[in-house]
Amino acid sequence: MSPLLEVDDLRVHFETEDGLVKAVDGVSFSVEKGKVLGIVGESGSGKSVSMLTVMGLSRSRNARISGAARFDGQDLIQASAEDLRDLRGNDVAMIFQDPLSSLHPFYKVGRQLVEAIQAHKYVNKSEAKERAIEFLGMVGIPDPRRRFDNYPHEFSGGMRQRAMIAMALVNEPRLLIADEPTTALDVTVQAQILDLIARLQTELEMAVILITHDLGVVAEVTDHIGVMYAGRIVEHADKRDIFRAPEHPYTWGLLQSIPRLDRPRDEPLVPIPGRPPSLITLPTGCNFHPRCPYVRPRHREVDPRLEPVPEDPAHRVACLLPSETRKRLWQELSAGKAPEEARAEIVEGGLA
Amino acid sequence: MTTYIVRRLLWVIVLLFLVSAITFVIFFALPSADPAQLRAGRQPNPQLVEAIRHKLGLDKSLPVQYYRYMKGLVLHFDFGYSYQNNISVKQQIFDRLPATASLAVGAAVVWLVIGISVGTISAIKRRSLFDRVAMGGALVGISAPVYWLGLLSLYLFANDIGKIKIFPGSGSYVPLSEDPTKWFTSLILPWFVLAASFAAFYARLLRGNLIEVMSEDYIRTARAKGLRERRVVLRHGIRSAITPIVTAAGLDIGILLGGAILTESVFNIPGIGRLAYDSIQQSDLPMIQGTVLLGAFFIVMMNLVVDVAYAFIDPRVRYS
Amino acid sequence: MSEALVEVRDVVKHFPITSGIVLQKQVGAVHAVDGVSFDVLRGETLGIVGETGCGKSTTARLITRLLQPTSGTVSFEGRDISHMGRSEIKPLRKEMQMIFQDPYSSLNPRKTVGSIIAEPFKIHGLKEGTGERKRAVQQLMEQVGLNPEHFNRYPHEFSGGQRQRIGVARAIALQPKLIIADEPVSALDVSIQAQILNLLRDLQRDLGITLVLIAHDLSVVRHMCDRVAVMYLGKIVELADSETLYTRPRHPYTGVLLSAVPVPDPELTAARRRQIPGGDVPSPTNPPPACRFHPRCPKVQQICREDEPLLSPKDSGALTACHFPLTDNEAAERLGTAEHA
Repeated sequence: MSPLLEVDDLRVHFETEDGLVKAVDGVSFSVEKGKVLGIVGESGSGKSVSMLTVMGLSRSRNARISGAARFDGQDLIQASAEDLRDLRGNDVAMIFQDPLSSLHPFYKVGRQLVEAIQAHKYVNKSEAKERAIEFLGMVGIPDPRRRFDNYPHEFSGGMRQRAMIAMALVNEPRLLIADEPTTALDVTVQAQILDLIARLQTELEMAVILITHDLGVVAEVTDHIGVMYAGRIVEHADKRDIFRAPEHPYTWGLLQSIPRLDRPRDEPLVPIPGRPPSLITLPTGCNFHPRCPYVRPRHREVDPRLEPVPEDPAHRVACLLPSETRKRLWQELSAGKAPEEARAEIVEGGLA
Repeated sequence: MTTYIVRRLLWVIVLLFLVSAITFVIFFALPSADPAQLRAGRQPNPQLVEAIRHKLGLDKSLPVQYYRYMKGLVLHFDFGYSYQNNISVKQQIFDRLPATASLAVGAAVVWLVIGISVGTISAIKRRSLFDRVAMGGALVGISAPVYWLGLLSLYLFANDIGKIKIFPGSGSYVPLSEDPTKWFTSLILPWFVLAASFAAFYARLLRGNLIEVMSEDYIRTARAKGLRERRVVLRHGIRSAITPIVTAAGLDIGILLGGAILTESVFNIPGIGRLAYDSIQQSDLPMIQGTVLLGAFFIVMMNLVVDVAYAFIDPRVRYS
Repeated sequence: MSEALVEVRDVVKHFPITSGIVLQKQVGAVHAVDGVSFDVLRGETLGIVGETGCGKSTTARLITRLLQPTSGTVSFEGRDISHMGRSEIKPLRKEMQMIFQDPYSSLNPRKTVGSIIAEPFKIHGLKEGTGERKRAVQQLMEQVGLNPEHFNRYPHEFSGGQRQRIGVARAIALQPKLIIADEPVSALDVSIQAQILNLLRDLQRDLGITLVLIAHDLSVVRHMCDRVAVMYLGKIVELADSETLYTRPRHPYTGVLLSAVPVPDPELTAARRRQIPGGDVPSPTNPPPACRFHPRCPKVQQICREDEPLLSPKDSGALTACHFPLTDNEAAERLGTAEHA
C-alpha cells in the first residue's frame, strides 16, 4: 500500500542576519493511511517547522525549501498556494498546542466551525451549523447546541481543545497533524484528549502525525515513532522497538533523563550533557557528537545517514556506531549502568 | 452592564462639576483682562466699570459667583450670558455646534478610511515600496502643523486664491440645511487637512497592530483551515487589530467635537473652536465655561461610548 | 523525627469577587485554598501536586507570605507569620526563597545576571565590602553550573535552562532554610529538566535546605520528593510518603492522576486500566458540597454528597480524605501493576 504522505529529503533553511538557519535538514518519513506516526523532539529539533512547511504554513520569504512531500501522489512542496489552500482544512487538517490562542477570541466557536466547513463545502449556513453541532457532540462536548454559541474563553482548556479537534475534523480529513496537542493541558485532560484522538482516528480511518516532546504521550497512541534532533530524524522505528530496543544515543539519553513512574524512585536521572546545537553552526560530522558519551574520532568528521538496522528495514538509525555495539550498549544501560561505564565496557573494550 | 453604565454616568456628573470648578479658579487666578473693563469700551470711567461689574455679578465673592452659575446651570440649564455681547451662551454654542460637528465627523470618516486602508496594505506588503512611501508620508502627515497644511491647501486649491482652482476657499462654509452641495464642497479641504495627521497616525497604528496580530496563533489556525488569504486578513486579522483604532477614534472625535480651533480659524468656519478662542481673548467667563464644559462633556461621553463599544467588540470584556 | 520548619493550620485563602454601582459589595469568592493543614519537616523535600485550580501555587505563596491567609495560621520555626507586618517579616524572608516557573519572565531583562543574583544581598544589606558581593555572586554561579565570567551578561543571552540556574543561584544566595520551587522545570526542554532537577537535589543535599516542590508532573515529584501532598479544588486529599503514594494510592483522585500520567512504556500503558473521570474540574468559585471530588468519583456513594471526609490515616500509612479509599487491588489496576489487568 502506498503511503498517504511521503516526505523525501525535506530541507527548510532560513536566511537570517545571523546566518543560514538549518531548521530542517534532510527529513524523510512516510505515513500510511489509518496509521499514527509520532514525531518526538525537543525545541529546535525542527519537528514543527517540517510539518508547517509541508502544509504551506511556513513559507516565509527568507525560507529556502527543497525536497518533496507527496500527499496521495501530489507534491505539496511544488504545489501552488491555491492547491495547498484547497487541501488545508479539507484533506489535511492541523491542530496546535494552545487552544486558547489558536481560536479567534472574538468569534463564537460555532461560527468558527461553520467557517471551516463553508471554506470547502457548498452548504448553506443551517446545514453547516447542523454539521458543526454534530461534530461538537462527537468530540464529547456536552450540550453542543448551546455551546455552539459560546466564545472560546467560555470553554475550559480541555473543551477548547476538543472544539479545535472538531473544527479540524469537520471536513473529514484523511490526515490529521497534531502539534503538541496536549502540552498545555492538565494530565487528566491530556488523557481524555489522547483517548479522543485515538478513538476518532479509528472511527474515521484517519492517518495522524502526532508531534510532541513527551515520550509518554507517544507510547500511548502511535504506531511508529521518529525521533528528531537538530533538524534531522535520528531514529525511526516501530513504537515497540523505540522503547524496547532503541539504537540511537540521543534516544537513550531521552529515555534515561526523564523521571518515570515505572522505574525505581531513586534511580538517578541521567541528563544529556550540554545543550542542543545552534542551527546556524551545526557540529561537524555527526550533529549529536558533542553530547554523545560514546563518541569516537571518526564521528567528528563523518555525517551519519539514516540507515536501516540489519534485521529490520523498518527500523532506521543515523549513527556511526555498528548496530551490534549499539545493541549491547543499550543492554548495559537498561541494566542500570551509567553511560561512562557502558562505554568503557563496550566501546573501549575493542568492540567499536 | 447596566450597573456599569450607571456608575460611569454618575462619574460623568462628578467630573463635569470638577471641571467647572477648576475653570472658575483658573479664570480668576490667572492674570487676564478684566471683563468689566473690556465691556466698558474705550476710556471707561470708573463708575461705568463698577456698574458693569455689579451687573455681571463680578463684585460678589468667588464661591457666590460659582454658586449662582451652577444654580442656573443645574436648575434651568442656563449657561449664562456672554460678558461681551449679552447673548445667551447656550444659544451661541448650539448655533455653532453643527459646524464643528460637520467638520469633526467628516474628517473622522476621511481619516478612518484612509488610515485603515493604507495601514492594512502597508502591513500586508511590509517593506514594499508602497509601505515605505506610505510610512514616509505618514511621518510628514504627523509632523506637519495643521494650520500650515491648511494654508498650503488654500494656496494650492482654493478657487478664489489658489493655484489650481478646485475647491471653495476660506469662509465659504454654509450650514447643511441651507445648501447641502455648498456645505459639502466647502468642507472638502478642511476635512482632508484636519484628517491628515490623524490618518497618518492611524495608518501607523493599524500597521503595527496588524503585523502583530498576523503572527498570532489564531491566524495560523485560520490558514490551516484553508481559508482564502483575503478572508484571513479581513475577518480574522483586521477584526482583532481594529480595536485600539476604535478606542483612539472615539477619543479623538470627542476632542474634536469640543472644537478644532486651528482648522476652524484657517478656513473661517464658525464653529465652537473659534468661539472658545475668542472667548478667552475677551475674558468672557460664561462663554469660556460653556465651551469648556461642552468639550469636557464630549470627551467624557465618548470615553464611555468607547468603553461600552469595547464590550461589544471583544466578548472577553465584561463589566460587572 | 524531624521537627516542623513550617506549620500550616487550617489555612484558607479566598479571593473576593465584587460587584456594585458605587459601593463594591462582595458577591462571591474564588476558594483558592479552603482549609489546608500540613507540616514541612526540616530537611525534607515535600511535593505538592494537583491540576489547574487546585490551589498549589496559592499555597506556595501563603507559605512564603507573599499572600496573607484569609483565615488560619502559617508558622515558620514556631513563629506565627500569618499576619506579620512588613518590617517584622523582612528578616525572615532571608530564610525562605522561591524559584519560579518561567525562566523567561522571572528575571528582570534590564539587569545583568550579576546584579540579579546580588539583589538578595542588596535588599538585606549584606556583603557590603568591596568586591565581596562580586565574589559571592561568582561563587554562586559556579555552584549552579554557570560560567562565573558571564556575570555581566543579560538574561536574554542565556538559554532557558541557564536562566533557571540563575533563578536557583538567586534563591540560594542567602543560604535560606527553605526553598519553594513553583514548577521549576515545566517550561524547560526534557533533556534540560534532568540537569536542573539534579542540580536542585545536589544543592539541597549539600546545603541542607528544606525544599517544597510544586509541580503538575507526577513523575518529577515522585523522583524528587520524600512526601507528597495531592491537592484538589483547594483541599489536600492525600498526604503520604512518596513510596506509599505511588505504589498504594488511596484517594480515588490520586488513582485518577496516576492512571492518566503518560508512561514511556507501551506495554505498561496497554496494561493500565485508565480511570478518567468525565468533564472538567469544577470552578473554584463554586466548589461541590461535602467531598469536592464526589461528582466525578467512580466510587461515589450518598454519604460523599453529604458528609465531607477529613484527612485521616489509612491502612497504607497515608493521610487520606475519603470515605471509600482505593483498595490495593484497585490501586494496582490504575498503575498497571495488577496481576490480572
